[in-house]
Amino acid sequence: MKATYLLAAAAFALAAYPAHAQTPKRGGELKFAVSAEPPNYDCHANTSFAFVHPVRPHYNTLLKFDAPNYPKIVGDLAASWSVSSDGLSYTFKLHDGVKFHDGSSFSSADVKATYDRIRDPQGGARSVRKAAYADIASIETPDRLTVVVKLKKANASMLANFASPWDCIYSAAKLKDDPKFPERNILGTGPFTFVQHAAGSHWIGKRYDGYFVKGQPYLDGYRAIFIRGAPMVNALSAGEVMVEFRGQSPADRDRIVGTLKDQAAVMESPWQCSLVVSFNTKKKPFDDQRIRKALSLAIDRWAGAEALQKIALVRHVGGVLRPGDALAISPQELEKLPGFSRNINASRAEARKLLKEAGAENLAFKLTNRNVAMPYTPVGVFLVDQWRQIGLNVQHEQLDTKLYLAAQQRDNPTYDAALDFNCDFMDEPNLQLIKYISADRSPINYAGYTDRKLDELYDRQSGELDRGKRIAVLREFERHVLEQAYIIPTIWWHRIIVANKKLRDWEITPSHYLNQDLADVWLDQ
Amino acid sequence: MSAVSAAPDIVYAAPRQRHPVIAFLRHQPLGAAGLVVIVLMILAAVLAKWVAPYDPLTVDYGGILARPSWQHWLGTDNFGRDVLSRIIYGAQTALSVGFLASILGSTLGALIGVASAYFGGRIDMLVQRLMDVLLSFPIIVLALAVAAILGKNVVLGVDVNLVLAIGLPMVPKVARVVRASALAVREMPYIDAARTAGFSHARIIFRHIVPNVTAPYLIMLTAFVGQAILLEASLSFLGLGATEPTPAWGLMLSGSAIDFYQQAPWMIVFPGLAISLAVFAFNLFGDSLRDWLDPKLKI
Amino acid sequence: MLRYILQRVALMIPTLIGVALLVFLMLRAMPGDITDVMFRGEGGGVPEELIVAERQRLGLDQPIWVQFGKWFWGLLQGNLGVSMWTGQPVAYEIAIRLELSLQVAVMATLLAVLLAIPLGTLSALYKDRWIDQAIRVFSIAGLAVPSFWLGMIIILLLLTLFAWHPPLTFTRFTTDPVANLSQLVWPALAVGYRYSAVATRMMRSTILEVLQEDYIRTARAKGVFERLVIVRHALRNALLPVVTVIGLEFAFVIGGLVVTEQVFNLNGIGKLFVEAVTRGDNTLVQGLVLLVATTFILINFAIDLMYAWLDPRIRYR
Repeated sequence: MKATYLLAAAAFALAAYPAHAQTPKRGGELKFAVSAEPPNYDCHANTSFAFVHPVRPHYNTLLKFDAPNYPKIVGDLAASWSVSSDGLSYTFKLHDGVKFHDGSSFSSADVKATYDRIRDPQGGARSVRKAAYADIASIETPDRLTVVVKLKKANASMLANFASPWDCIYSAAKLKDDPKFPERNILGTGPFTFVQHAAGSHWIGKRYDGYFVKGQPYLDGYRAIFIRGAPMVNALSAGEVMVEFRGQSPADRDRIVGTLKDQAAVMESPWQCSLVVSFNTKKKPFDDQRIRKALSLAIDRWAGAEALQKIALVRHVGGVLRPGDALAISPQELEKLPGFSRNINASRAEARKLLKEAGAENLAFKLTNRNVAMPYTPVGVFLVDQWRQIGLNVQHEQLDTKLYLAAQQRDNPTYDAALDFNCDFMDEPNLQLIKYISADRSPINYAGYTDRKLDELYDRQSGELDRGKRIAVLREFERHVLEQAYIIPTIWWHRIIVANKKLRDWEITPSHYLNQDLADVWLDQ
Repeated sequence: MSAVSAAPDIVYAAPRQRHPVIAFLRHQPLGAAGLVVIVLMILAAVLAKWVAPYDPLTVDYGGILARPSWQHWLGTDNFGRDVLSRIIYGAQTALSVGFLASILGSTLGALIGVASAYFGGRIDMLVQRLMDVLLSFPIIVLALAVAAILGKNVVLGVDVNLVLAIGLPMVPKVARVVRASALAVREMPYIDAARTAGFSHARIIFRHIVPNVTAPYLIMLTAFVGQAILLEASLSFLGLGATEPTPAWGLMLSGSAIDFYQQAPWMIVFPGLAISLAVFAFNLFGDSLRDWLDPKLKI
Repeated sequence: MLRYILQRVALMIPTLIGVALLVFLMLRAMPGDITDVMFRGEGGGVPEELIVAERQRLGLDQPIWVQFGKWFWGLLQGNLGVSMWTGQPVAYEIAIRLELSLQVAVMATLLAVLLAIPLGTLSALYKDRWIDQAIRVFSIAGLAVPSFWLGMIIILLLLTLFAWHPPLTFTRFTTDPVANLSQLVWPALAVGYRYSAVATRMMRSTILEVLQEDYIRTARAKGVFERLVIVRHALRNALLPVVTVIGLEFAFVIGGLVVTEQVFNLNGIGKLFVEAVTRGDNTLVQGLVLLVATTFILINFAIDLMYAWLDPRIRYR
């Protein structure tokens, strides 16, 4: 457990894939599974991986993450870029000769129209991530291939935002005619053109011969099959689909490898997703910090991670940032924080003492959980058992996603404690910490508290361009969160992808939203 | 030949010498077998605390997916919980929900059916339309909706709303059959006589009509216990019935259980067998009871 | 007869309105709505104003009776509305999936009929003999084995024994019968077994009943060859109730595909229903429930007409 996660994962990936060791072969259709289905085709209005996997190959973004060297950022439609020293001005030089699938030419106007739509959607268009671009003051297009973005204030995460997989670049002309055009139509510059979406069944893409990267894509096309749960694992085991890009549980992995044998390639990585317990601080007795802290102390995260990684897709113990991320706390420091001690007996004794002080030794409450087998059920069962060990009677309530979310409304939360989650497309404190800031500022804080100290620390780290200073602020934020225990991290996810060996040059990253344009993927057959 | 000579209505004609239970067991060997299984299951459920080798909730991450052995007869699951103990405790969930839902559905249905037949006219008309509405809802849809709307409400270890979700769809079916039987009785001269004698509605219904619809009521009640157990398993499988860590058979098959089929096939074989055996026993018994009491009843 | 038909049709209308009202109210009684699932289901901080705007767009902010009125007015014009999830017409969403579900239901029905008629007859003729007991055990087991479990076992057996998996996507029978059948035979088996059990039981009890009728006794007394008696009289008269059960079960199978389509990942209306419920796509759920209810009512109606045609007494009751 003490090994560096990223290194271990990289070694694993390397063992399975001699990266770029072979010349890519052309041809073949990649069949992959997607375990849900997008409601519409608009990148800016969607939030699910089920959208990214079938749709992303039709588009390009301005920048993108370089999967083998994550979190390095490289250009996609931008050939190069520069940032002014005060961090207030970003200049992008675009590739020349890029064409949309309908043959029209791509230019800086398309980038401007796209980001204007994301920042401030008009004409009924929807943009779910506009808050991330609130610091942009203006977007200028001095010439056909240059875009200049001016910020109101420095923002440490701005460059990464331009690499967001959600920022598909649309055609300015089409947006002008109909701002809602992308909802029902696919028109991008990406490596694959759109062929068909058979609702409830599958999605087909075909190679775009006019793609601006010469020689790419290698595949003739792809077919995304909408299938989930046990039938999906059956299909993977039978080789009916080659891969599923979200992630499998360890049991799935063993089952698929068991049938595919040496045809299987396993790739693993820590995952930019965490499960947290959120306490409803508007409800007694969870307004009492002692009780919340006691409940956090009672969880043996280290032993839990050890045990749960055998049956669930969780593995890593960490704080508010993903363990393995350069900005995250080290395991040695982490062990000193409440709830993360290696000495569980001492923690539990302290927990009992705190409960006694608060007069809540026989506390009984409900843990509201999502009715999704992986990883919610096993972690929920684990937590209930952990609290049972300090003599508490906790009822496990598993609800359908809709009812689960309804219990965690921001205005009117009805739960006691909930197993909540946080998944982002990249390691970036500006994204991960939103969960923990005051409820009036965070759309995803369902614990209902106001803590201006956290808000102030959040703003400070966001504007801090000096890495060392930013880390110090982050540590203070983390300590405060764990001491107050409004929302407590439990165990971080672990991403496992089992692919057919024929699939080449697809690299695993800590996010299931990234690296899905399939431009450089090929089939060895 | 014997098919004809063993005319079912002889059952009513000949006065019975032996105790009816013994006679039933002798004439309906399949029903008897069903009854034996049912009794065993009830015993297992009631005595679960003493019969089950382990606590069904105790998690043991050191001993996950253990194969069947002397320690764990049916192996352990992905949390290291004893599968046999969970099946034994699961009988509590299955039987309590099965019996309660069936009693609720049949009784409510029977009352509605009798009242509707007895009062006739506009009331009958209205009730029939209402029953039509419920009947034309697919059972699983109705159960899904009720389960989702009411959520969970556990009283004495039984999810009351689950009982309601499963019992409610049975009401119109029972009401229909009972109404038909009651209609036949209603036309009998002695009911008219009772009415002219000025007896109250309640008295006529309970003294004269109810005894005549007891047979279909009992038959449907037993038949529905099996169906209720099956429906509970299906709902739990879909994630709308019992939730972890409650031991329940359908739940043991849901979610990621199937992923362990190679490493631990016992995780999906035994709960499935438990459901099948339980429902089988109730159906066998119910079927034989129908043959015994009223072979012409179509349910 | 015409009078009777009109009467029955008049009775169908309030039933359908009742179904529409009931399903509508049931769905609104559930907490939460589709915007939660659409924007909060995957985490990520979606601004509150977007959710508000979306609820407005879907009309979820209006009073419940206004919502019902709008939907019902559409229904009267034959418009089932628009799916809240995809924005496509409900009728379209259902239509593209109905073919598959209907085919499974029809195949299961065929299986049921092919098994039920011989088995039920045999069982009745040899009542209480071993063959009757065996058939009863077989058919009662059909009612007992959960079809989702049977489906799981079928798939796992195919996978382990033959390292083979049925095709993942639907192909029309007319396009490629082999691909079509190799996908749909398995769910039809899993559903059909249960279905045949119901029909076999009905067949058995009806034949038993018919064998008691006077005309059969007379025929027997006249010494007509026994097989002929059964085939000519009993079977013909027993078929009506069996057809009834098959008709009614057909409607139930359409509803009962909910679980089976999950296990086999079939893109049919059962899977659509579960997805619509979990997403909170109310208009789609309403449309599906109305469809199933209408099917059920129409089949019922057809069966009643058949009875009325054959037995004039019913018409005047």
